[in-house]
Amino acid sequence: METYTLMRHFADSWGLVAMFAFFVATAVFVFRPGSKRHYDEAARIPLKNGSED
Amino acid sequence: MGSGSLVQMGLWVLLAIIAITMGAKAEDAPFAVHMFIFAGAAILALIFKARSFGKPAAETTGYLDGVVRWGAIITVFWGVVGFLVGLVIALQLAYPDLLTNIEWLNFGRLRPLHTSAVVFAFGGNALICTSFYVVQRTNRTRLALGNLAWFVFWGYQLFIVLAATGYLMGVTEGREYAEPEWHVDLWLTVVWVAYFLVFFGTLLQRKEPHIYVANWFYLSFIVTIAMLHIVNNLSIPVSFFGSKSYSVFSGVQDALTQWWYGHNAVGFFLTAGFLGMMYYFIPKRADRPVYSYRLSIVHFWSLIFLYIWAGPHHLHYTALPDWAQTLGMVFSIMLWMPSWGGMINGLMTLSGAWDKLRTDPVLRMMVISVAFYGMSTFEGPMMSIKAVNSLSHYTDWTIGHVHSGALGWVGMISMGCMYHLIPRLWGQKEVYSLRLVSWHVWLSTLGIVVYASAMWVSGIMQGLMWREYDDQGFLVYSFAETVAAMHPYYVIRAFGGALFLVGALIMVYNLYRTVWGRSPVTQNVGVISAAA
Repeated sequence: METYTLMRHFADSWGLVAMFAFFVATAVFVFRPGSKRHYDEAARIPLKNGSED
Repeated sequence: MGSGSLVQMGLWVLLAIIAITMGAKAEDAPFAVHMFIFAGAAILALIFKARSFGKPAAETTGYLDGVVRWGAIITVFWGVVGFLVGLVIALQLAYPDLLTNIEWLNFGRLRPLHTSAVVFAFGGNALICTSFYVVQRTNRTRLALGNLAWFVFWGYQLFIVLAATGYLMGVTEGREYAEPEWHVDLWLTVVWVAYFLVFFGTLLQRKEPHIYVANWFYLSFIVTIAMLHIVNNLSIPVSFFGSKSYSVFSGVQDALTQWWYGHNAVGFFLTAGFLGMMYYFIPKRADRPVYSYRLSIVHFWSLIFLYIWAGPHHLHYTALPDWAQTLGMVFSIMLWMPSWGGMINGLMTLSGAWDKLRTDPVLRMMVISVAFYGMSTFEGPMMSIKAVNSLSHYTDWTIGHVHSGALGWVGMISMGCMYHLIPRLWGQKEVYSLRLVSWHVWLSTLGIVVYASAMWVSGIMQGLMWREYDDQGFLVYSFAETVAAMHPYYVIRAFGGALFLVGALIMVYNLYRTVWGRSPVTQNVGVISAAA
């Protein structure tokens, strides 16, 4: 099979599935139970330095 | 001052000699000019390095803020240059005889000068400068790799000078937002790799365990631009001593590569990087954490996963295969979700602090910019729908859309950040005059609204005139008639642009008074804060 066709088939099958799975996994991971406290803390990083920064 | 400095100096000497040789053997005058500019820059770097001998080593305990200070000033400078050239070409469109007798200043050469000046010189310096500021503050560490950040700064200015002088001399690859020729592209690649190393190196030596989300956006911008720049500029020079090169791609592949680059320049240069600014400076200014940190992470991943596919919408109804056009359209429409998710996240950061909009014009500027972000990211996907695109494509509607994003979102978030950043970098509590900031906010908002609405009317009219057939099946209007009909809107557009420029000049005065107003320094600058 020529390279173009091979890459295209890969892109619209396994490539697509893999990227979609990665994306769904990150979204699920972000909303995992108990993560709220961790992220609330992370959200305060810019405010730690006071008004001089 | 060890052998490292001697090696560096040797390198500059070598580069200067190579550049002078190539300039002497140049096959066209612009290439010679570029090589001599390059040689001049290398000699300046050499002199600068040589003068540092025998002097005590510089202080390296706090944040490396010198480069950020220079970056802030140069951002404002290039901004004004870019806006001014924009006004000139707007007037050239309204009054076509303007400056036509000077070859360096005709529309065809000034137009890429304008786009590159605002996107790469103004926007790029704003991104480099704020990214250096934010990455140090959010990771509580000094920029990595010593003075490499200074090389990034000066190297990037050299790139801008080479690109700009090239356009005026008629050197162009003819690829939108990627006009510089091969030798300038190679230099930018070197600078960009250095930029990546500084940024990534700083992340590696962070003192804060979590990498704050603004850095993710900046990093994705740096990495993606490297990839886009290299692939889109794969070209073969006609001669190593001349400025002309030809792309390795041809036909529709070349077109798609260009718009894969072009749209991701919008997505990663003009969006992701500036979202990094939004995620640091809006919470900072409102003194509240971002509305939802979880949403910001989902925003990040969905934005970068979707944007990269949207480019084909620039090639609707062309030789590009139909499925690719549809793919581009579908991904553009899906972009509504992360774009508006991000906008909501930025705006809702103010919930419970909306009253600050009344008293703080800097925050007002940032919030208006996010509102423009929402508006133009609604408009863009809509224009990518094939049926809408058949009316809007090639018309001024596109120009209006780009400017509501570029002036409204990119311009105002950058200038808002400068108003926050610059007083703090010079140890001041606030800018010289908040009243003048307020004037700037309203002048530029009004200017953008005038600009965008003139272009909506003009663009839709233009599109409708192009497709008007009579009952015999003949086109009703000649092309020249459509151009003549647009004249009043071109004048209105130039007026809108002038308002925006006046606002920017007010900013220059205000910031000048802030920096050189001789007010006593009241705050610490560049002190790394202890872990909280």
